[in-house]
Amino acid sequence: MFSNPDLLHFIFGRLSLDSLPFHEPILVVTFAAVVLGGIAVVGGITYFRLWGYLWNEWITSIDHKKIGIMYIILALVMLLRGFSDALMMRAQQAMAFGGSEGFLPPDHYDQIFTAHGVIMIFFVAMPLVTGLMNFVVPLQIGARDVAFPFLNNFSFWMTTCGAALIMVSLFVGEFAKTGWLAYPPLSDIVYSPGVGVDYYIWALQIAGVGTLLSGVNLVVTIVKMRAPGMSMMKMPVFTWTALCTNVLIVAAFPVLTAVLVLLGLDRYADTNFFTNDLGGNAMMYINLIWIWGHPEVYILILPAFGVFSEVVSTFCRKRLFGYSSMVYATVVITILSYIVWLHHFFTMGSGASVNAFFGITTMIISIPTGAKVFNWMFTMYKGRISFDVPMLWTIGFMLTFVIGGMTGVMLAVPPADFVLHNSLFLIAHFHNVIIGGVVFGMFAGIVYWFPKAFGFKLDPFWGKMSFWLWLVGFYFAFMPLYVLGLMGITRRMSQFDDPSLQIWFVIAAFGALLIAGGIGSFILSIVVAVIKRDKLRDETGDPWGDGRTLEWSTSSPPPAYNFAFTPVVHDLDAWADMKKRGYVRPTEGFLDIHMPKNTGAGFILAAISLVLGFALVWHIWWLVAASFIVLIVGAIAHTFNYDRDYHIPASEVVETEDERTALLAKQQA
Amino acid sequence: MTMANNTAAQTEMPVFYLKEEHHPETGTMLGFWIYLMSDCLIFGILFATYAVIGQNYAAGPSPADLFDLELVAINTSMLLFSSITYGFAMLAMEKGSIKGTQIWLAITGLFGVAFVGLEIYEFHHLWSLGATPMRSGFLSAFYTLVATHGLHVTFGIIWLVTLMVQVAQRGLIVENKRRLMCLSMFWHFLDVIWIGVFSVVYLLGVLG
Amino acid sequence: MSAHSHAHDDHHDGGASHGTYKSYVIGFVLSVILTAIPFWLVMDGVLDSKVATALWVMGLGVIQIIVHMVYFLHMNTKSEGGWNFLALIFTIVIVAIAIAGSLWVMYHLNTNMMPQMDHDMIPSFG
Repeated sequence: MFSNPDLLHFIFGRLSLDSLPFHEPILVVTFAAVVLGGIAVVGGITYFRLWGYLWNEWITSIDHKKIGIMYIILALVMLLRGFSDALMMRAQQAMAFGGSEGFLPPDHYDQIFTAHGVIMIFFVAMPLVTGLMNFVVPLQIGARDVAFPFLNNFSFWMTTCGAALIMVSLFVGEFAKTGWLAYPPLSDIVYSPGVGVDYYIWALQIAGVGTLLSGVNLVVTIVKMRAPGMSMMKMPVFTWTALCTNVLIVAAFPVLTAVLVLLGLDRYADTNFFTNDLGGNAMMYINLIWIWGHPEVYILILPAFGVFSEVVSTFCRKRLFGYSSMVYATVVITILSYIVWLHHFFTMGSGASVNAFFGITTMIISIPTGAKVFNWMFTMYKGRISFDVPMLWTIGFMLTFVIGGMTGVMLAVPPADFVLHNSLFLIAHFHNVIIGGVVFGMFAGIVYWFPKAFGFKLDPFWGKMSFWLWLVGFYFAFMPLYVLGLMGITRRMSQFDDPSLQIWFVIAAFGALLIAGGIGSFILSIVVAVIKRDKLRDETGDPWGDGRTLEWSTSSPPPAYNFAFTPVVHDLDAWADMKKRGYVRPTEGFLDIHMPKNTGAGFILAAISLVLGFALVWHIWWLVAASFIVLIVGAIAHTFNYDRDYHIPASEVVETEDERTALLAKQQA
Repeated sequence: MTMANNTAAQTEMPVFYLKEEHHPETGTMLGFWIYLMSDCLIFGILFATYAVIGQNYAAGPSPADLFDLELVAINTSMLLFSSITYGFAMLAMEKGSIKGTQIWLAITGLFGVAFVGLEIYEFHHLWSLGATPMRSGFLSAFYTLVATHGLHVTFGIIWLVTLMVQVAQRGLIVENKRRLMCLSMFWHFLDVIWIGVFSVVYLLGVLG
Repeated sequence: MSAHSHAHDDHHDGGASHGTYKSYVIGFVLSVILTAIPFWLVMDGVLDSKVATALWVMGLGVIQIIVHMVYFLHMNTKSEGGWNFLALIFTIVIVAIAIAGSLWVMYHLNTNMMPQMDHDMIPSFG
């Protein structure tokens, strides 16, 4: 049966038993754990007969709230994977001194730092941001759903399938050993003949489709579906930052798609875009990928700025200081983010005039960012601040992010960058802004909107533990890297000679352990909250007592239709305005509500894309052809389904709303 | 839209919600336009790549050696004709004539097929001269840019046939009209990209 | 696709204006002329100066793109409340930045880092 190598090669492409990493004990143990865990989960779902529920209520759901929650679950799962990579790197670097090679061979270490970067940016930070925007934006603008609910479901599953493809690379074959942006010529077929870079390319292409479509979707949602009266300058700040972020997604991700197509052609079709000979130019790749890469930084941070703006005004019980300057700063950052990309490769050698231009634009971009920090501080000034968990994250952000911003301005000076480029100083800088900015912001957002999504708050004790462990852990983990970077230590090294450096890496590893505690505490804060949910219950819909925007005007969790009647907005902070002017909640006159139907098409199409991606990675051409045809035919078949909506009958609306009326009456009694 | 006061007693109270169902405008046309803009960026990057490495002939053939402008002119005219015939399909659609719409769509599709066919012929011809995408940076960038446009046209033809089936099945209902308008934007957008292609790649290329 | 794809949007399909028979024909005639001129300029070598020819080709290309935008894509500053136009302008700016920026950056790079490089001079790899 195994006698015909040609036939086997036709059926399996490059895939063979040797592709499975039996020789890596770490991977074998992980694989065993994943299989056992997977069997337990599947068994549990089957035992409790949850498959139907999962399929009907979640997998096929086009409800923006459920999709938002699923995005965040995806991000938290991938955070565990990405953070295990981080722990392994920290442990390796703390050990591998003076002849010791540590526990990770260089080959494996290179895959780990690549996977860490790719996963943390594309499958942790992006889903956190997209998930939060998905959940919050329609509620904040008084809409019933996003503009294209089916597309939303499809986008989520494409992102998930991209993540799945990366997870597959852990156990079948290998991942890229090129660093998270896969620079050629290293990533060209000559120097990376394995499947690692192909996994990278196809995982990002599949997820990229999802990201782009969700960007289009949310832009249209914000432009078209705002409640009557909500002019652009009456939009909540989070919605503004979401708009700018999605504009950036739509105007940046196509660049990534195009660049990865060109890299893919170099690898699959032997073209000469980024090769060393026959007229290729590897520097063009670096130039192009950073045209996407820099806006990407702002795609991640702008929504975090939005969260902080909402949190600060809610927990200081004040209107946000300088709303319009906040909006203008956001828009200016959006545009400026397109003219700074070269600061990622000052050392490439474009010369003084080019470097000077990009150095100056980079420094200019810190001005609107600084203006925002002042706005938050002035909002706190004379506010009645309550130090709930979201507010703690916000204050931690303001301190940490400013340090990261200042080291960023240092790196923006081209001569300084020639010294610090590619050193651990750079690693410390971008973790400083991404952890101190994006991660803190997303945690603040999750804690802040969790009661809206589930009807009870997260446990405050474990929330505070999580915050303090993250904050202290961050400083322990990354301040040593600043020191090492100034001493000239470069990134991506798996072992070191000079034993005097070891102490700094040990401190950093200790910091990483503290952060692990922070992640554990965060998970505990969810678990404990589920157990104590009756004590933490929110029946008002406005759990922080001083919600200012429309999402707090509906129940927690909101009904499928969000608002029984579409709200009319008169002022910025619409809900605060409604409360102040004595709004009375309507209790009768409910109508049928027109809603989109659930569909499994998004999940199925995304799953086929996953198969297509896997087949492309392993050169299984018959499967490539088959899954591509099925994908196209399936997509066309889906367009023949015209029956996409239904009505929630008024009687059901009455029932839901009466329940809430009773709850509210109980509160007042 | 009727707005209603929530309580009769407080007549000075502003209106805080709509008593009737609220129907925001459909976002499909705007959404599709934004998608096209993102597609435009993909072409922008391919043009940028062509601009940067398009003169890297690696001692291989240059545009002046390869391109046959008469063929390109005929090809361009196919696309221009298909543009106006799609326009006529839209006019027929607005008049509510299913037959007229279908006929003009079919003609548009044929022009599209002719365009793609000529492009395949051109590629085949170049390939037989040894000017393959693997030959030089210039040829890699040329094939990728032109073929990406060609693949878009091919996809447009598949979409057009799908819509013809759907119009035949259900007539010119609102959904189908909206889809025809989206395809119209897509089709005319590809014209615009082609203007860039023939100007920058073919004409300036032959000019040297 | 849309949650609100009812009969309601009969009236407002985004406010996009439709063409008339006349506008399509005008657009078509203009684009034929604007295509023919650059082809003629290049194929018959009408102008002595290559730079002048190149500028004419580019200029006429830009005008033709505008003609297509106006007559075929019905672009104006009003449709979709101006959002279409805003998106277009934004995209043009980004594309211009990407193309001009790449050319600028890569030109300086090539001049600084490999001044001797001229790809025409590299011997054939066979």
